[in-house]
Amino acid sequence: MDLRIAFLYPELMNIYGDRGNILALSRRAKWRGIDVSVDRVSVGDTIDPDYYDFYFFGGGQDKQQITVSQDLQGQKKDALKEAVERGAVILSVCGGYQMLGDYYRPFDDDDLPGIGLFDAHTDASNTRYIGNVLVDCVLPGVGTIVAFENHSGRTFLGPGCKPLGKSLVGGGNNGQDGTEGAIYRNAYGCYLHGSLLPKNPRFADLLLTQALARRHGPVELKPLDDTLELLAHASATERTRATK
Amino acid sequence: MAAAVSAGKVSALATRLLGRGGGTALPGLVAQKVYPGVLRAITAQLPGGSLMVSGTNGKTTTARMIGSILDAAGLTPLHNRSGSNLERGLISTVVGAAKPGGRLPNSYRSGLFEVDEAAMPAVLGAVRPRVLLLNNLFRDQLDRYGELDAIYSKWRAALPRLSPESTLVLNADDPAIAALSTTRGLRAKLVTFGIEDEHYTLGELPHAADSISCPRCNSRLQYGAILLSHLGHWRCTNCGLSRPRPDVAATRVVLNGTESSLVQVSTHAGEVDIKLQVPGLYNVYNALAAVAATLAFGVSVEHIKAGLESFSAAFGRIERITIPGDGGRNMLMALVKNPVGFNEVLRMLFPVDDAEVGSPRNLLIIINDLIADGRDVSWLWDVDFEVLVTSQHPLGNLHVAGIRAADMANRLKYAGVDTALITCDTSLDGALDAAVGALPAGQTLYVLPTYTAMLAFRKLLHNRGWVQSQFWED
Repeated sequence: MDLRIAFLYPELMNIYGDRGNILALSRRAKWRGIDVSVDRVSVGDTIDPDYYDFYFFGGGQDKQQITVSQDLQGQKKDALKEAVERGAVILSVCGGYQMLGDYYRPFDDDDLPGIGLFDAHTDASNTRYIGNVLVDCVLPGVGTIVAFENHSGRTFLGPGCKPLGKSLVGGGNNGQDGTEGAIYRNAYGCYLHGSLLPKNPRFADLLLTQALARRHGPVELKPLDDTLELLAHASATERTRATK
Repeated sequence: MAAAVSAGKVSALATRLLGRGGGTALPGLVAQKVYPGVLRAITAQLPGGSLMVSGTNGKTTTARMIGSILDAAGLTPLHNRSGSNLERGLISTVVGAAKPGGRLPNSYRSGLFEVDEAAMPAVLGAVRPRVLLLNNLFRDQLDRYGELDAIYSKWRAALPRLSPESTLVLNADDPAIAALSTTRGLRAKLVTFGIEDEHYTLGELPHAADSISCPRCNSRLQYGAILLSHLGHWRCTNCGLSRPRPDVAATRVVLNGTESSLVQVSTHAGEVDIKLQVPGLYNVYNALAAVAATLAFGVSVEHIKAGLESFSAAFGRIERITIPGDGGRNMLMALVKNPVGFNEVLRMLFPVDDAEVGSPRNLLIIINDLIADGRDVSWLWDVDFEVLVTSQHPLGNLHVAGIRAADMANRLKYAGVDTALITCDTSLDGALDAAVGALPAGQTLYVLPTYTAMLAFRKLLHNRGWVQSQFWED
């Protein structure tokens, strides 16, 4: 069995250690005897919507996000949407999440168009949400997600997607409605750094199961020894409660 | 101003008496409240003018190298040696040095200030330095600073305030720093420094590399040689912007493990060989920066050489400690505060170009997430810990400690380290006992703490009588 991963814009959208998500997914697949390939997909590259099982789209700084927004409007926009319709998994964090929505609206500049995969838009704000966060995830078996947020964009969801979870500690999508992240089919967006997947192994395995199912059908993952992952989860949760 | 100075002095004394650390920031806050112009009023008295250092990595070490050079040249500096580098820290320094009436003693011939990169624009206006040195710009504690681009724009806006008589010293090998020479309205003279020798290059950009897009046109940069993170011999094939030829250049570099290094430096004033008593390529950059800045400040090459060769590492940056007892064991402590710094410390401990297999590397990594460390530990995922597994140098015992020990242990697991080798203990006391207990005779324990972890660890060593001083009393 094999897993094909695409790392979107790795040199532009890779801030706050988000590549830990790719490490986590790759290792957890390899520990189960699954072959993994990771391709870097960046500006000017084309995407075959049938090829990849899993896409990771991280966060970047403003300047990089402009470059990425322009590039997405080319071949990638329809390819990524098509891939999701055919069962591919996307995990997007922060800037990547914003770019999968309809648009990002800066204070004093033109809107940066996204690809409209999520029925969502993001407005710039003067408040920066920074800190450890806890999310009660709506996905079955995932439970509480612990992470770190750092964003000033406020994302508002429309009826075409649902939140990834309820924000227990932290600003969530917008500091107002108590939601965190977005889900559309197997596409996920969120403001969760940390890195997210290494210390939230149940979420990592859910993404892995979905990604493998696309070409290999339903897969039962062999259980792993998650002692350290759960220790990191527990200590980060304790830290979140202590510093909120 | 006399009122501001005495108010500041009283609060410094009070902080120390109450045992709240070294008392480095509060007096500045108090003095500034009483008289906002205090920093300008006191620094304006320095006869030789001031030299200011900013950038992400190596500020404290570079400033101390410069301090050693200025001492050698008889230009005894007023210097915020403690590393307290926000505006209030600087004010504490100058208030602490001034007499009760606000006059500085004649013994201070110059000013030497390391300044936090976010605080630099505000401090620039008050200190009005004769030389401003900008070392580098790396990703560091973004939860505190906001994003690099924001700092960069503030720097560009502030630099035209430098007078035409002053000199801006820039790292030619850092694309974003080098491009500051094109800042609109810049009046200061320019000096650049960089490493020419291509012996110690990296095969590819590390994961922590930041400025890989062209600062002018945003295209991806091409590198002829990558020396440290995104520092190297760069050019943009799209708009033609490229690394300037450095005025102060390291033409030959020889690194000697965790001990020392040799640098041949070419300057407009001639060539000079410098034997540094500090290890690592990052310290070669710090030394080059110090050479360029002090040359611009008017110091002779002879004094620069003498000052640098007598320099030993700054507090907690690289420190050797003997472990009591007769096992011939010792400790080497090296501060790790961001991905680039951590990568360079790992590069020093696990050198790739070293053919022979060294003694086992025993590590104690201590990760805290307090404000001064950066509250977000995501950065651990940008450090290339994979070298612990791929290096020809064997890994000995591996202990992790600190508030975020579990995150660190988990990071090592995903780097491919055998989890049976990892001991995880949040308590410093327990971790020190375990790490020292497991250390074989004749070997070294490499202690790699974040900033507040370094302070706490140092306090622990002091309580045990293993080191003399707990604070920055030197």
